Amino acid sequence: MSKYAYFLGCLTPNRYPGIEAATIDLLRMFDIELEYMKGTSCCPAPGVFGSFDLETWLTVAARNITIAEEMGRDITLTCNGCFATLQEADHILKHNRDLLKTINGHLSKIGREYKGTSSVVHVIEILYNDIGPERISDMVVQPLDGVKVACHYGCHFLKPSSVRQRGNPENPTILEELVEAVGATPVDYRDKGMCCGAGGGVRAGKIDVALEMTRKKIEAMNEAEADCVTTPCVFCQFQFDMGQTEINNKLGADKYHLPVVFITQLIGLALGLSPRRMGLHRHRIPVKPLLDKIFA
Amino acid sequence: MSSSQLIKKFDTDFTNEVIEYGSKFFEDVENVRSCIQCATCTGSCPSGRETAWRVRKLIRQVQLGLKNAAIKNDVIWDCTTCFSCQERCPRLIPVTDVVRTVRNIAVRNGIMLPRHVQVAGLLIKYGHAVPINDETKAVRKEIGLSELPPTVHSFPDALGEVKKLLDGTGFTKLIEEASKGVQK
Ligand code: SF4
Ligand code: SF4
Repeated sequence: MSKYAYFLGCLTPNRYPGIEAATIDLLRMFDIELEYMKGTSCCPAPGVFGSFDLETWLTVAARNITIAEEMGRDITLTCNGCFATLQEADHILKHNRDLLKTINGHLSKIGREYKGTSSVVHVIEILYNDIGPERISDMVVQPLDGVKVACHYGCHFLKPSSVRQRGNPENPTILEELVEAVGATPVDYRDKGMCCGAGGGVRAGKIDVALEMTRKKIEAMNEAEADCVTTPCVFCQFQFDMGQTEINNKLGADKYHLPVVFITQLIGLALGLSPRRMGLHRHRIPVKPLLDKIFA
Repeated sequence: MSSSQLIKKFDTDFTNEVIEYGSKFFEDVENVRSCIQCATCTGSCPSGRETAWRVRKLIRQVQLGLKNAAIKNDVIWDCTTCFSCQERCPRLIPVTDVVRTVRNIAVRNGIMLPRHVQVAGLLIKYGHAVPINDETKAVRKEIGLSELPPTVHSFPDALGEVKKLLDGTGFTKLIEEASKGVQK
């Protein structure tokens, strides 16, 4: 059994706990255990706190990393924002001695030290690299035949590529391969690589700007006749799910209702996990039309 | 106005400030000097489609030392930090890192959006930018998770550590100061 330290962040445990449950249960099916990192805080969110004060952003990120170091585990997570922060902080602290000194100076006040012994791995990398589409495919009990899925990677999984060092960010395929592994069909759509609109503090600071980007993406997914959108980022999920209801409220009409499911929730459905345990009934946009199609 | 008069107005202090501050955290920030205004960045920008935000213009303002024009226009907060511009810049300018740097400088000059002051306040108070609420507590319980997640929400000592760090880096004070500016 391999083990990872699970960094929860804010949105997963505090808004979409079903993602937490789905991810823990799904990985356990492949003998991978997620151990909670106790006492973690906000990563802190890269778009807001990185924009306010980079030194603070790095310091709080480094504290979170030290918790995994104490556990002797590599870190995984279910949010591209958390990934952006912890992975970039780890990268910077491994390459910049001056900053390492400054940040460890701050951490020494609370009896901690960043050592650089835990790597930061996105959960989608565990699905694709540690497990692989073939083994996932072998475990399917409810193939998602005929289900059209719009894949949305989220900006910070692969960008900035000089920091992530995970290959060319312009045309990734691993999400599509995972979707195909459970029998569903990924669909192409206009502006597929575009941002959900939420990042960089835009959702917090200028909600109307964020929602207009979100609306355009949902329109494009609808044009491609997607049955749902899937993402490996809880913040993108929040923006699409909550965002559609906010757009509908602004319009005073129930115009947008594309179900939004996290990649571990989507795979979970095909591998027999309970929709209820995965919290799907508590999403803002009802997931029922998707479930009806799958379990018809 | 002749071009020589225009050049006299260049103020390289801001250019140097951006390069110096940004280089503490990021690589290649000095490349900002070599922007050729090709607009690959703005052409890649999802936010620029919806708003008046032109990231190419910010890079030009940095080159020309136009500090006030850069930090006092709140379009700099329209960038989602999607990094499309940074990936594609043919002059290898870390464009998004420059945006983050200029925003840091804005905050140090007391310029923030009111909603951002609130979000910073949530981190300072709860250790989470998005704290738990009653609705999610109920969902957690319903699906078989602990009512409170095992984060700072469950460990007061851990929250104490975070607060101590936020004081130690000067963040708490920085936000206090910026919030005065916002109220003005
Ligand atoms: S893409 Fe690079 S060189 Fe071209 S305008 Fe933007 S910053 Fe300047
Ligand atoms: S990082 Fe910001 S400026 Fe660059 S393309 Fe994305 S939204 Fe535009």
